[in-house]
Amino acid sequence: MTGVGPTAMPLQGLIGGAMIGLASALMLLGLGRIAGVSGMAARASGLAADGAPWSWAMAFVVGLPLGAALIAAIVGPVETHLPGSPAILAVGGLVVGFGTRLGNGCTSGHGVCGVSRRSLRSIVATAVFMIAGIATVALMHLLGVAA
Amino acid sequence: MIRNVLIALLSGTLFGAGLAVSGMVDPARIRGFLDVFGHWDPTLAFVMGGAVGVMAVAWMLESKMQKPIYAEAFVLPSTRLVDFRLIAGAAIFGIGWGLSGLCPGPAIADFAIKPRSALIFVAPMLLGMAIQRLDSWRAAHRLLPTNARTT
Repeated sequence: MTGVGPTAMPLQGLIGGAMIGLASALMLLGLGRIAGVSGMAARASGLAADGAPWSWAMAFVVGLPLGAALIAAIVGPVETHLPGSPAILAVGGLVVGFGTRLGNGCTSGHGVCGVSRRSLRSIVATAVFMIAGIATVALMHLLGVAA
Repeated sequence: MIRNVLIALLSGTLFGAGLAVSGMVDPARIRGFLDVFGHWDPTLAFVMGGAVGVMAVAWMLESKMQKPIYAEAFVLPSTRLVDFRLIAGAAIFGIGWGLSGLCPGPAIADFAIKPRSALIFVAPMLLGMAIQRLDSWRAAHRLLPTNARTT
């Protein structure tokens, strides 16, 4: 349909992806749990009735910014362009929080851990959130809404 | 046990580092991947490929293990149900993901880079989770008397 963007980073993508895979593998083989961020975040903040022990969930969640900070310290500044509009950020967050809990997972739990387990449930969820995301971005372009 | 907490911390840290290395903490890159009709950025496909590849090996090892290395048992999702809840939840999540370019992992990792913006996303995200929990709790309690009558 279109050309590949000049900013594509296939190598960094693969390396970072393998690191995410190793992190999830450590959680699975070490502690016997799925490294699903939405579930861990809900557990850590007291919004999930079941799941990993609170201390594991909290430690995992705290690790996320710690890892990003480590890369910034070792490799150099980490680029991020967060939406400038607080409304888009806030509505996005609200919708993501509701949806991930209703569907029991997000890109990590369903997309990485579930798809690799060949779980039909996770494959369906991943396809649905990808399609919904693509449709949302296309619609925003059509309506001229910038994130 | 402190050892298990440290392993969870190590896993989260490695996860966050992976998100930073692959550029996934940048919502512009996620939206670039979802922008298949525009200026498409395939990076996320490589990230998913790398992560799923490593995890596929991990699942093979898991099937040969009696229990995890440091915990008593594997506690894994057992449901195989593809129902309305799953599809509606995934679709709603996808809309928020496309809108903002953020999913929970990168949003939380972004606290290390742009804490103010990260907070404006993560606080409502927790509110959304709370609303969902309240919703399902109310639904469960509405259903109880009906179930009691039919049985």
